[in-house]
Amino acid sequence: MTLRRTSRRTALQQSLAVAGMLAAAGLLPRTALAYTQGAFDAKSVADVIKALGAGAPAESKDVTITGPDIAENGAVVPLGASTTLPNVKQLAMLVEKNPNTMVALFNVTDAVEPNFLTRAKLGQSSDVYAVAITDDGKAFYAKKEVKVTLGGCGG
Amino acid sequence: MRKTTLCAVLALAATAAGPQAWAQKSTADGIAEYREMLQDGNPAELFEAKGEDLWKQKRGPKAASLERCDLGRGPGVVKGAFVELPRYFADTGRVQDLESRLLTCMETLQGLNAAEIARTPFGKGEQKNLEGLVAWIAAESRGMKLNLPQSHAQERQMYEVGKRVFYLRGGTHDFACASCHGADGKRIRLQDLPNLTRNPGAGAGFGAWPAYRVSSGELWGMQRRLNDCFRQQRFPYPGYASDVTIALGVFMGVNGKGSVSTAPAIKR
Amino acid sequence: MADPMRIRAQASGGNVTVRVLMAHEMETGQRKDASGKVIPAWFIQEVSAALNGKAVLTAEWGPAVSKNPFMQFTVKGAKAGDKIAITWKDNHGDTRTDEATVS
Repeated sequence: MTLRRTSRRTALQQSLAVAGMLAAAGLLPRTALAYTQGAFDAKSVADVIKALGAGAPAESKDVTITGPDIAENGAVVPLGASTTLPNVKQLAMLVEKNPNTMVALFNVTDAVEPNFLTRAKLGQSSDVYAVAITDDGKAFYAKKEVKVTLGGCGG
Repeated sequence: MRKTTLCAVLALAATAAGPQAWAQKSTADGIAEYREMLQDGNPAELFEAKGEDLWKQKRGPKAASLERCDLGRGPGVVKGAFVELPRYFADTGRVQDLESRLLTCMETLQGLNAAEIARTPFGKGEQKNLEGLVAWIAAESRGMKLNLPQSHAQERQMYEVGKRVFYLRGGTHDFACASCHGADGKRIRLQDLPNLTRNPGAGAGFGAWPAYRVSSGELWGMQRRLNDCFRQQRFPYPGYASDVTIALGVFMGVNGKGSVSTAPAIKR
Repeated sequence: MADPMRIRAQASGGNVTVRVLMAHEMETGQRKDASGKVIPAWFIQEVSAALNGKAVLTAEWGPAVSKNPFMQFTVKGAKAGDKIAITWKDNHGDTRTDEATVS
């Protein structure tokens, strides 16, 4: 990346972009908490997992995604992600058909159970995923379909 | 043109739910499950917290709180007040619902302008504060049974007025409240429409508002709920805290006597 | 200053289940207002939790988390009387911390 006589703002943006890429590739320590913009910008399940620096995901019975079969309103869809796998460092919630696939990313520590509940907006009926990423960069997932009667992203 | 066709379809769907009911049963179960999942962690609690603060806060030209406001069980008594409203109040000489009564208190105790608040659009200015107040006051009666009084002549009269209004057909589509809420088993798309003429529908319907509406992320009081009903009927809104809306509240609330209040609930 | 969160923390069998309701618009940046202008994105990006001052959880959120977000998680080895603090930070740099005692 050549830095010519760029403005300070541009230089800052470029270095942030580099940091973002490094973070996405897992080369920066997690504690720096650089917001994983790359993962939040990704538009497919595969791209999210790649942006999180993990290998190709494998379906696993040890990962669980909970949610309603049908949501009356896509604006508020309760989702739960949990896993019984050991050495999990992150649990992510994904909505495949959303404009940006990843909804939330939880950093798992020894102090908490790898089990999180939140509520997400679903733009339309979609598969939702819980993805567990282990310390060695492997990704495991579970998915289920959530039907939405009224899309949750519109005004 | 499209609107008219859509309404015609809705009207048909509302009246012809019968034969399709069996096919929708698992969907209805699914929706019930979805609603159950949302019960824990109702964002209405955020409004309840605001309401409690507003009740105690000294505001308005008179720099006074609402803590002396009489909601029907004596000045300052909030617990149990919600499930007895609307009711007759001697000091104003009329039957009032919760929001009408809050306007009275906000004016007499705090010096705020009730008429102006009634004119303020929902969600703005003092109307925003009313959202918190009705959420908290309703929450203070959560789990209690609806028990509107019908001991005063005006209370009984308002019930009759409410009944007439409920069945009055009007507006461009000749809808009445009863068109959607006058019998069992009616549905619009996936919304089961409660029968508001008797329990359990009346209690379930009346005892759920105010409610947090997830579709807009807003807290709606009964007045706003009624406003939206009139809008859907293509009928002019009678006015915030007007006698017509209070009368409808009396009709529904009395019909729902004995049902448990769940307000503020969480809704679509 | 943003509205306070509602935090409920209940101890049970050596763990504490924490339920939080946060007051936030969580605007996606996808919506347009009545005049057709895009309503700018405004959402919580980082959430963290601490038990008696020690960090136990960090999370990153995107704008697809629902308005007035709800979150539930379980802290291991906590008990009644412990203090749970939840912090959020949004994409405007606004932040809010609220605390609750485990019951």
